[in-house]
Amino acid sequence: MATIVQALRRPTSYTGWWSWVTTVDHKRIGILYGATAIIFLLLGGLEALIMRIQLARPDQTVVSPEVFNQLFTMHGTTMIFLAIMPLNAALFNFLVPLMIGAGDVAFPRLNAFSYWAFLGGGIILNLSWLLGGAPNAGWFGYANLTGTAFNPGHGIDWWVLGLQVLGIASLASAFNFIVTIINMRAPGMTLMRMPVFAWMTLVTSFIMIFAFPVITVALVELMFDRFLGTNFFVPSAGGDPLLWQHLFWIFGHPEVYILVLPPMGIISEVLPTFSRKPLFGYPVVVFSGIAIGFMGFGVWSHHMFTVGLGPVANSVFAITTMAIAIPTGVKIFNWIATMWGGSLNTKTALLFAVGFIFTFMMGGISGVMHSMASSDYQQQDTYFVVAHIHYVLFGGSLLALFAGAYYWFPKITGRLLHEGLGRLHFWLTIVALNVTFFPMHFLGLDGMPRRIYTYDPSMGWDLWNMVATIGAFMLAVSVLVFVFNLVTSLRRGERAGNDPWDGRTLEWTVPSPPPAHNFDTIPVVRSRDAFWEEKHRRAIAPVAGGSGRMDPGEEGGYRPGHDPRHSTIHMPSPSYLPVVVALGIVLAAYGLVYHLALAAVGGAIAVAGLYGWYMEPASEPEDTGQ
Amino acid sequence: MQQTWVGGHQVPHPETATGLDHRKVLMWVFLGSECMFFGSLIATYLVYAGRSVVGPFPKEILDIPVTSVSTFVLLTSSLMMVLALAAISRGDVRGFRVWLLATALMGATFLGFQVFEFNHFVHQGLTPRTNLFGTTFFTLTGFHGAHVTVGVVWLLSLVGLSFRKGHVTQENSLKVELAGLYWHFVDIVWIVIFTLVYLIGVTTG
Ligand SMILES: [Cu+2]
Repeated sequence: MATIVQALRRPTSYTGWWSWVTTVDHKRIGILYGATAIIFLLLGGLEALIMRIQLARPDQTVVSPEVFNQLFTMHGTTMIFLAIMPLNAALFNFLVPLMIGAGDVAFPRLNAFSYWAFLGGGIILNLSWLLGGAPNAGWFGYANLTGTAFNPGHGIDWWVLGLQVLGIASLASAFNFIVTIINMRAPGMTLMRMPVFAWMTLVTSFIMIFAFPVITVALVELMFDRFLGTNFFVPSAGGDPLLWQHLFWIFGHPEVYILVLPPMGIISEVLPTFSRKPLFGYPVVVFSGIAIGFMGFGVWSHHMFTVGLGPVANSVFAITTMAIAIPTGVKIFNWIATMWGGSLNTKTALLFAVGFIFTFMMGGISGVMHSMASSDYQQQDTYFVVAHIHYVLFGGSLLALFAGAYYWFPKITGRLLHEGLGRLHFWLTIVALNVTFFPMHFLGLDGMPRRIYTYDPSMGWDLWNMVATIGAFMLAVSVLVFVFNLVTSLRRGERAGNDPWDGRTLEWTVPSPPPAHNFDTIPVVRSRDAFWEEKHRRAIAPVAGGSGRMDPGEEGGYRPGHDPRHSTIHMPSPSYLPVVVALGIVLAAYGLVYHLALAAVGGAIAVAGLYGWYMEPASEPEDTGQ
Repeated sequence: MQQTWVGGHQVPHPETATGLDHRKVLMWVFLGSECMFFGSLIATYLVYAGRSVVGPFPKEILDIPVTSVSTFVLLTSSLMMVLALAAISRGDVRGFRVWLLATALMGATFLGFQVFEFNHFVHQGLTPRTNLFGTTFFTLTGFHGAHVTVGVVWLLSLVGLSFRKGHVTQENSLKVELAGLYWHFVDIVWIVIFTLVYLIGVTTG
């Protein structure tokens, strides 16, 4: 085995498509995450469009009920795990090391592995369409709809295995970012000087490492029920389907914050920059984020008000859920106060950030309505909840991610996104979003249940369903405008320079796109919004040589050879082993469904890959004797 | 050797914001995550305790004296682990090998007891499919056993690596410390399982 590892060692190329497979550069991995997530976003959107066509008018038969079940399951699973989470991960990867003044993440190969495992999980989930049918029990996969007795095909198997592989990817990535942020901050970058986006990455990563093991156990139990015939969720043997709901939502509610806290971090970066004012109440914003992270673990049963836990449990979870609105509200006031009196630079990024505040707030308010258990009895499983979740995840997460895209695209590619197309994208999105999802409040209060594939004309739901479908097509157009903007700006966009927005954080001190090693010398940080301080101080009193080591960037943002210790640049070498390990895990997953021999082969590949990984130095020691 | 990344440059000594090695922080964070993993498995066991529709029930089948022996062996292995780390920290590679082998051997003995126990239960008519007790018992203790197995392989690999020059030395005793952290964690989890499933389990179920 060692000889095989020796023989295959070691990719050396930094260009060409193979170099993307073996890359361990956090910036390239971020780009891979982003590009893959956009493809899955389009797929999930397509699934939504098909559902909206089916529901546009009563009694339609565009798709069968069976296919409709698969569509809503895959739409939810895709958007949550394969679109929004990896879009967040794309920004974590690209930005966090730059923001904290580090050369890479703590474990570059583990980072590459996270991406490949994520891709593998996405493929397992989506290939299910071609391998006998996609999963069909909803993104929450309630027991015992998922039991073999009621769901004999392979759809649920793909769902379980896909989510397990995605869970491994998320955990690996969360471990990596926690260590990176705790341990790799530049000199002077204390925790309370960190950009809020880095803070929210840290909080989100902690939520992930505590929430994902719970869903892992739930999925293991379901997997054992399906593959080994155990009784976890088999009522005839005493198994309790409610156990699934508890385990799922102990993960599932924190998952909402995994989706929403990084966008809150984006907003906390965009607003100060485009208001030309520091973030209002930075410590409060940070502590609110931490508070949300903690409280997020104590509210899960608000998804279960109608299952009969009793008045005490319902009251407790109603109160905790209302309480979590407080730190969220605090953040919203801080964002508004940041803009208050600022000199607003109304670029597309700011428009999306303001749009985020409004639509996310509407989603938050309907969330507080759900938190009242008695009111929730009326809303449970209706389109009112569908409206709520889309205001939170589309009006919240995605709008913030769009803001982030307009803000950081120039850093990532070196070119600005087209401003006119951006404005068109913004206005189309904000109108279409409300046309699509606002009527769902009416439908829900009118009693239209979620997840039905059609309805009778006598129900009186025709009008608002048609309106929602028209809105969905407008949304599709707006997303296409965005993709068009991405593709054309990539080639023809205006050159950005290092610092197109007069940025505050360290990523704007380096060239766009940043060099492979990020910083030629390690920046020294003396304050929050350090780059602003640096530029500002220079403007007032230009001192020759001014700053110690963090450089304001006009001359390229760095001072080559400043530190003699760093006279040679030496980066972590590319490695194929992360892909090999991920491939082994994916093969093992397919083996569990088709043939145990394949699972054994996959497992052996993964173990061999891990062995090689352990023995392989992080970088090829060209000039050291290590 | 210790390697770390600062500003894209490899430097021979750790320069981290906390002064702790990356791998050590990683291990602590990983163990935190593992707490939630075992916590969820244990919660499942407790939720289903006493809810099996058919036997065998825990009272009829769990053997406290035998499992007490294996528990004692596993807990003693933690002491061996401490001695192994102490040995490598003062540069005593031979002592390190002896103590680490002893640790691994005790872990393997524990696993032997577990195989014997599982086998015995199956002969008594308790499988993961039999009832809720079987389902939750085999899953919980099985995952713990899998963790011990990973630990034994890890420890033996370290012993093996210590024969290759420069792989396990006084300077990088951190490699041993990390394995030790993992090993102690797995032992602590067993204390919880032994108490809840065996000692308390037989009195209630
Ligand atoms: Cu919730």
